Amino acid sequence: MAVMEAVGLTKLFPGRRGFFGGGGGTVRAVDGVSFAIEGGQTLGVVGESGCGKTTTARLVLGLEKPTGGAIRFEGCDLQTLDAAGRRHYRKSVQAVFQDPYASLSPRMRISAIIAEPLVTNESPSAEELSRRVRQLLDLVGLPAHAADLFPHEFSGGQRQRIAIARALSLSPRLVVLDEPVSALDVSIRAQILNLLRDLQAELGLSYLFIAHDLAAVAHMSHTIVVMYLGKIVETGEAQELSRAPKHPYTQALFSAALPSHPDERRDEIILSGEVPSPLNPPSGCRFHPRCPRAMPVCGVEEPTLRDVEGHLVACHLYDMGAGGRGLGET
Amino acid sequence: MSTTTETSLLAAQLPSRFSFVRSRDFPLIPLLILGIIAFVAVFADLLAPHDPQVGSLAARFHPPFWLAGGSTDYLLGTDQLGRDVLSRLIFGARVSMVVGFTAVIFAGVVGTTLGIISGYLGGWVDQVIMRVVDAWLALPALSFAIFLAAIVGPSEMNIVIILGLVFWTRYARIVRGEVLSLKEREFVRLAIVAGCSKWTIMRRHILPNVVNSAIVLASLMLGVVIIAEASLSFLGVGVPPPKPAWGVMLSDGKQGLMVGYWWLTVFPGCCIMLMVLSSNLLGDWLRVKLDPQLRQL
Repeated sequence: MAVMEAVGLTKLFPGRRGFFGGGGGTVRAVDGVSFAIEGGQTLGVVGESGCGKTTTARLVLGLEKPTGGAIRFEGCDLQTLDAAGRRHYRKSVQAVFQDPYASLSPRMRISAIIAEPLVTNESPSAEELSRRVRQLLDLVGLPAHAADLFPHEFSGGQRQRIAIARALSLSPRLVVLDEPVSALDVSIRAQILNLLRDLQAELGLSYLFIAHDLAAVAHMSHTIVVMYLGKIVETGEAQELSRAPKHPYTQALFSAALPSHPDERRDEIILSGEVPSPLNPPSGCRFHPRCPRAMPVCGVEEPTLRDVEGHLVACHLYDMGAGGRGLGET
Repeated sequence: MSTTTETSLLAAQLPSRFSFVRSRDFPLIPLLILGIIAFVAVFADLLAPHDPQVGSLAARFHPPFWLAGGSTDYLLGTDQLGRDVLSRLIFGARVSMVVGFTAVIFAGVVGTTLGIISGYLGGWVDQVIMRVVDAWLALPALSFAIFLAAIVGPSEMNIVIILGLVFWTRYARIVRGEVLSLKEREFVRLAIVAGCSKWTIMRRHILPNVVNSAIVLASLMLGVVIIAEASLSFLGVGVPPPKPAWGVMLSDGKQGLMVGYWWLTVFPGCCIMLMVLSSNLLGDWLRVKLDPQLRQL
């Protein structure tokens, strides 16, 4: 059974009103998104900034309440949980955020930072606590004496290790990784990603891995979800999706990523324009103003997710009888 | 940082703990002045050559010792009741120090607490506290203080409470602003994810990060509070006579100024100025030193 499931998850933010009350409206940050995270697996979410990735993470963490749809954890809807259930959920879902310089409280010692979730949720004895902190530091590859230092004494990569140790202190089932390596040096990224993979294998963790770096997501994930302006445009098994992306947006994203071999040549698809404002998304398919393969129907009718060769794709190119043949074979 | 050294901890290469004393912009003179005033205030009983509250009418209006008619018995002269000006200044330092520091701390505790609650909880709590602050700030500080003093009556204790009540709003404003940015920081979000309660987050994550701002503000407020105390005493609603406060001395000496008894006002005036100037300079230095924007945390 899936550890976590989102069904038709929607989050609307009220738009800023003008001085005379005009300009209201709603931002559809996340719009009818559904996904499932299996035990011990990683769900990767990719998309440009502003596509709703981080809002999704915050909904999963309970930092925001969904406007519509439901999140189910171990089969139970989060909205209907009682106090004990919510406590269990808090302990089972932890997070690692993007900026390792902002995610550690600057005036707390490392031992206190790592132990905070434990102290808050359980009442361990002092020696139990210090044993656990040492164990966690060891798990993420930091020496035991790090416990007595302050965050500013560490580099970005080390801080991210501390953040991971903290997230693991309650032995969670699901860890939300919101761009965990985007703020790190390229040389450190692989170390942290490999650490996360090792921890997953060792502890049977599930990850919700959010990033804009396709290579990292493809490396980490079992399943990938591609989002554009709050909607899922394509989802599928990671290997399969990165080998043969179907949606023009996914294809453009993958063509923008560096090839893994310098001699590899690919067709480059350059997207023009900016991501439109989610306050006023385009009609029909939200991607159609920037899509190199847009057809008249795209501006009118919103495509739904349909099964195309094992992926779910929301694109009119794969409608029956539409002239989309050949796109999938690039 | 290279991959090999990433896991090895940075060696502590911080300069030794007290080396900042030698740095160029360290406010040595302001600190010395405040230190001397504090020392004098603490040991006033030992240092003062005469009783500050009892004079002899035979010794009225002695000028300072270097002027004709002055004597080394009364180094800075005597006032209209024959009380030794130097002794009164020494005991006045005690009043200024005690009132200044306690009022600043009192205002700081009230203002910081309300600022944190207002900023972190937001919503109607924030609205209520900030509207109260707005209304409070619309009252002219000194008139408000006189009004309060007139109600509760003058005493040292009451002055502290009055000044605290008049000046807490500045802390509340500044601390609230800081909290608004702090609560969007990721470590606060992670504390929520870890299951910390609102009060725990305010105490453990917000408070330690606004203390610096509060301290900087306190050092800058010290001058303002001392001036306010002197003004209240000057106007007769502050420290009640015969207790020697600098403001009271100014008030008592002001008629003497016209007929040439300048030492009655110039010396306490200089003391007030030196203390306020020192605390302001110290505050400026602290601001640079502790400002989270200027310092990498």
